[in-house]
Amino acid sequence: MNQSHIVTSFDEDLKTVSGKLLEMAGYAEDLVHKAVRSLMTADMELARLVIDEDKLIDRKQSELDEMAVLLIARRQPMANDLREVVGALRMANDIERIGDMGKSIARRVIEIGDLGDLRTRIRGLEQLTSLALEQLKEVLDAYAARDLTRAKLVWERDEEIDALYTSLFRELLTYMMEDPSNITPCTHLLFCAKNIERVGDHATNIAEIVEFIQTGKIEFEKESHAL
Amino acid sequence: MDMNVMSEELKNDIAKAEAGAHPAKMSGRGVNVFYGEKQAIFNVDLDIIKNEVTALIGPSGCGKSTFLRCLNRMNDTIDICRVTGDLLLDGKNIYDKDIDVVELRARVGMVFQKPNPFPKSIFENIAYGPRIHGLARNKSDIEEIVVTSLQKAGLFNEVKDRLEEPGTGLSGGQQQRLCIARAIAVSPEVILMDEPCSALDPIATAIVEELIDELRENYTIAIVTHSMQQAARVSQRTAMFHLGKLIEVGETDQMFTNPKHELTQDYITGRYG
Repeated sequence: MNQSHIVTSFDEDLKTVSGKLLEMAGYAEDLVHKAVRSLMTADMELARLVIDEDKLIDRKQSELDEMAVLLIARRQPMANDLREVVGALRMANDIERIGDMGKSIARRVIEIGDLGDLRTRIRGLEQLTSLALEQLKEVLDAYAARDLTRAKLVWERDEEIDALYTSLFRELLTYMMEDPSNITPCTHLLFCAKNIERVGDHATNIAEIVEFIQTGKIEFEKESHAL
Repeated sequence: MDMNVMSEELKNDIAKAEAGAHPAKMSGRGVNVFYGEKQAIFNVDLDIIKNEVTALIGPSGCGKSTFLRCLNRMNDTIDICRVTGDLLLDGKNIYDKDIDVVELRARVGMVFQKPNPFPKSIFENIAYGPRIHGLARNKSDIEEIVVTSLQKAGLFNEVKDRLEEPGTGLSGGQQQRLCIARAIAVSPEVILMDEPCSALDPIATAIVEELIDELRENYTIAIVTHSMQQAARVSQRTAMFHLGKLIEVGETDQMFTNPKHELTQDYITGRYG
């Protein structure tokens, strides 16, 4: 996109959609961050806030949907413009799901209550979170800058998250075997870890969408992230 | 899962086979067109595939209409116009000396931007061509041609009770379909359309577009259009012209979602300035 549209308001419309998406992504990032903090600090109030704030993300998504549909109807975008709008719609879906992951963790926080001793032993979860959120931040920056190389790096780094998740899985299993009373909280924690791992998957989805917007193809090697 | 992969591959293969089954009906090879000293078309190689709609797009003055007019030698009527290179219809050069231009224009018909019915009855508008080309032996032959042409152009039901009324009394969209019927009446193989819908309202446009889609079963069509959406809707292949040069040609679906050339991208997205 090295040139502006002849109709300048078309550029404005596209920018607004893209801005809305990044705004929505900012909320989702924050939500996951808060959700994990509420888990680590057993902060029920914060967990409740997270559940509530997820609704905001859903609302942002419907606003973005509406904007994109209106843009398609009004401008009938072609080629890269079309990919830009379709890409934004798909990304909004991923971001909304990231919000859901945060909400899901927050719900478990209320369910589990205080983790007691376990809390000090699951630093791996925080590490997983910071890695996933870093990936998310990086891919959003790649989107904002339309930087294919950075998007590809995010896509490649997802393996690190998967590896960390697997080791966390084993760790939690050990605690469960160690003491059966750990089974309930550890199962919850396992789901939390899975949710965070999914955040990483959504980041790689977004990386693929960035590639689609830029090139019209998705060629980052197809790979199943299922575990 | 495997089944899906298979069927996708199969689909691609079928698409390829089908594309192979449609050879070029008309081809331009190294086509140059000059208006006096000024060169309007530069070394264009372009195939018009049989039973497909090929859309020619590009900004005003890019040479798309000039190229279209080469395909049935309409440019002959302009004294200062000179065409070099080869323009082939079924492999035969239409600029050869032994080509009868009148016969050529019956084989390669044309529909213009503004509907231009003759100032005669609806019936006579259609009957005129077949009569001068000797396509009918008697009155009932002519009547049959008029009816089938109007049917093919999707106009018959609207005008069947007033065939003796003047063609100019029809609505714009009906007049354009009358012109298409007139082109069909002489059994052409190729129909050239130069912005056939630019003077029509959206409903009449939709009817003509629907008609174009039906016509490609039996005819080969080349259409010049300024409407990107129209090109995307009606054509299977799109050729992009710019400053007299052919910039890019390819499958329409690909051209409007992921064009290869930056100029095409800038033009179809409304950035060309």
